[in-house]
Amino acid sequence: MSIEQFYFMRHELVLTLAIIILLIAEIATSDKNKKKLIPFSIWLFGIVTIVGFIPSQGGELFGGSYQSSALTDLMKNILNIGVFIIFLQAEGWLKRDETADRISEYFLLTLATLIGMNFMISAGDFLIFYIGIETATIPIAGLAAFDKIRSRSAEAGIKLILSSALSSGVLLFGLSLIYGVTGSIYFTDIAQTITSNSMVALGFIFFVSGMGFKISLVPFHFWTADVYEGAPINVTSYLSVISKGAASFIFVIILFTVFKSITEMWKPLIYTLAVFTMTIANLFALRQNNIKRFLAFSSIAQAGFLLLGILGTSDLGMSSVVYFVLVYVFTNLGAFGVVEAISNASGVETIDGYNGLYKTNPKLSLLMTLSLFSLAGIPPVAGFFGKFFLFTAAASSGYFILVLIAVLNATISLYYYLKVIRAMFIEKSENPVATFRSSNYMRVALVICVTGIFAVGFASGIFEIIREISSAFLN
Amino acid sequence: MNILTLLIVVPVLTMAGILFTKDMKSTRMVSAIGMGIQLIVSAVLVFMYLGARKAGASDEMLFVADYTWFKSLNIHYTIGVDGIAVAMIMLTGIVVFAGIFASWEMEYLTREFFISLILLATGVFGFFISIDLFTMFLFYEVAVIPMYLLIGIWGSGPKESSAMKLTLMLMGGSALLMVGIFGIYFNSAPDGGPLTFNILEISKIQIPVEAQRFFFPFTFIGFGILGALFPFHTWSPDGHASAPTAVSMLHAGVLMKLGGYGAFRVAMFLMPEAAHEQAWIFIILTSISVVYGAFGAIWQKDLKYINAYSSVSHCGLVLFALLMMNETAMDGGILQMISHGLMTALFFALIGMIYGRTHTRNINEMGGLMKVIPFLSVVYVIAGLASLGLPGLSGFVAEMTVFVGAFQHPDIFHRVVTIVAASSIVITAVYILRVVGILLLGPVKNPHFEHLNDAKWYEKLSMITLVLAIAGIGIAPLWLSNTILDSLKPIVEKLAMAVTF
Repeated sequence: MSIEQFYFMRHELVLTLAIIILLIAEIATSDKNKKKLIPFSIWLFGIVTIVGFIPSQGGELFGGSYQSSALTDLMKNILNIGVFIIFLQAEGWLKRDETADRISEYFLLTLATLIGMNFMISAGDFLIFYIGIETATIPIAGLAAFDKIRSRSAEAGIKLILSSALSSGVLLFGLSLIYGVTGSIYFTDIAQTITSNSMVALGFIFFVSGMGFKISLVPFHFWTADVYEGAPINVTSYLSVISKGAASFIFVIILFTVFKSITEMWKPLIYTLAVFTMTIANLFALRQNNIKRFLAFSSIAQAGFLLLGILGTSDLGMSSVVYFVLVYVFTNLGAFGVVEAISNASGVETIDGYNGLYKTNPKLSLLMTLSLFSLAGIPPVAGFFGKFFLFTAAASSGYFILVLIAVLNATISLYYYLKVIRAMFIEKSENPVATFRSSNYMRVALVICVTGIFAVGFASGIFEIIREISSAFLN
Repeated sequence: MNILTLLIVVPVLTMAGILFTKDMKSTRMVSAIGMGIQLIVSAVLVFMYLGARKAGASDEMLFVADYTWFKSLNIHYTIGVDGIAVAMIMLTGIVVFAGIFASWEMEYLTREFFISLILLATGVFGFFISIDLFTMFLFYEVAVIPMYLLIGIWGSGPKESSAMKLTLMLMGGSALLMVGIFGIYFNSAPDGGPLTFNILEISKIQIPVEAQRFFFPFTFIGFGILGALFPFHTWSPDGHASAPTAVSMLHAGVLMKLGGYGAFRVAMFLMPEAAHEQAWIFIILTSISVVYGAFGAIWQKDLKYINAYSSVSHCGLVLFALLMMNETAMDGGILQMISHGLMTALFFALIGMIYGRTHTRNINEMGGLMKVIPFLSVVYVIAGLASLGLPGLSGFVAEMTVFVGAFQHPDIFHRVVTIVAASSIVITAVYILRVVGILLLGPVKNPHFEHLNDAKWYEKLSMITLVLAIAGIGIAPLWLSNTILDSLKPIVEKLAMAVTF
């Protein structure tokens, strides 16, 4: 193994370097200057993001435990973009006095989880996969409890850590059963020897249940709404976009490679999960008034739509999932960005509180509308294309009834998205959120989101590139 | 640049222009100029189309342009028009233009209003020029979604619930449609080869009959919901009654035609075997629409509800005619689309103007308006006469053609439903004449009405545009009818082939 091969790991290595630099910077800055760490960390991560885009040949390290390819690079880059937007959005929240002493902790914890996710995506065996998933989860519990003076935030942290511990246990049990049958933890070995029998089925069900917790599929979603509501908004957006995106990525990779030969066995399972996830999450979302809970259920429903792409079981299916996550990064971060900006400025976090927002803050309202339309899958914004390709993937496997259920669910979801739009545009309010100007960092973040919401859909080249990379990966 | 792309570019530029306007006056000026140019482009398109046909262009679609969009899925931005699309584009141009002037006094959030209205129009234009199912579907949804804001913000009465009901029902329709489109797409290459969304290419192959049976209802009902197919019409009366004037005009006048247009262009044209097999179900439903809508209109007291139910009836007749699947009836169906589009737009414009003066839409509170606002009243009578099918106006031409065509079927079933549907003419006459009598004739009931002002210049401009078009079709229907017939030939041929099969 030569030194050059470490270049495959550049995402993880650069992140580690960034963490070390941050630790040194934290020690080196005096208490008065702590706030300067915010721009420093943001630009540091900007460099990390750019480094990730340097192209490289894929390859494997450590005897196949670590795998890198154009697809994993793409997935990591998508996550990096998302994290960069989230860091930009965090500025207004972090510079408050009560969190001023914990600024570097925020960045360190986030970057630590990101390293975990990167390892998880690049995993070549179930051990690295498991280590990655744990590294990605445990620091998030710290993040969820970041506003420790708020009891809801502390509660969110405890809920998250307990449910992740449980889900990890379930996941491990499933993996051990599969190991017992196949005698290997390496993805390539398992893919060759696995056959569908009842032991594998049992192991697989446990595996999917464990992953179901991470992606928050119904019926493993119970932690989601409480944690999303309790955690600081910035962390909530991280949980709902980055964590979920990373877990979906590795889920798709494992299903399409390791469990490829038993596709027929897992299809009905994913089918059922998709139907339940979409429908139940939608029905719960209808009645929410807290905007964070609302977005929580909406994001569960989105995960249900994502399963339709997995049912495509071809390069089309994989590319539609990756593309959808990319769209979802811009879309959901746009929505969360607006929620965070409003919460920072006025503390309002309910849908009723948004009444009359268009009068006072027209630009934010329009941005929120765009994001919500994109979440609902209304053209011409990117969400439409994302959903359309997911449905195309499912239809290509002949699941027309499932597509029908999904589109009807998309229509139901439109109802609650329109409810927010109604509050902003139509309802009148005695004391609406006052006019405010959000910080420049937040503005940059929101501009990136809007650009993404429009560009990712219309620029067909992006989807084509993802499609090529996916088919190269699968063949 | 392709003239059809111009139909998208002009409204988009207009919307961009509106963003830079400062006050109501400049906003409506920019909108009027933009939609005026759009009207001219539409008219030029009509002449270019007729010229090209005269010069012997025999392709099914003219001015075709094709840009690959998503290569791996074979999604294209493909545009082109035949005579039917050209006629629909002209109709849209006229109604949008009249709609701008009908909302000349829009003071509340003027910029947002005109942007939403023109966005809606963009969707409609885009829909009519699309040949690719993906692009078509995209534009269809673009046309539907601004309705929510337009009704919700600028509407009247129970506007929020009406807007929500309308949007959800129409999006439910597009959900069915999406499944139908996927069904067509994945069966578009039964002998192997690349799948396609292109309507013309799909029309050359035969989709397996099994697949047709399954997907035809999805596609037809999907479009049918927008075309107010019974029992999915319930969004229409509430939606139209709550919507502001220009939106009712555009929605009843043009948007509902998307349903009829899509139903034959996509559902029936691409799946003719299933269309023949299942036509009877939908013929019964549309007959119910026709009669039920007309009866519904009799009992209403609100002017907008009367017209909304009348739209259900007339749009039902469009689908009824198309399902007869012979040349004459389908020709009549398309004429009916255009005629109803103009007529109902005129009605809604008038109702808006009358309401703006009397502040009531309840016919029982009004009376004798002929004496105080003669211009509006005369135009109302003209619209009413067109609606009940008086010869010399567009309604007669359309309905006559429909029923003649429908009666050409020799079997009992078709003849009975034709007679049932034709009875709507009488019922229409009842409610139209009743409204005209109560509203316009007799003594002036309310003393406040004595001092009402008659139409202003912009209102007159809006109405005269529409009246001219209605009378034009009524007096010289043949050029329009012939243009449509030429373009109908391939569709009718395909449907006829399916029978012998």
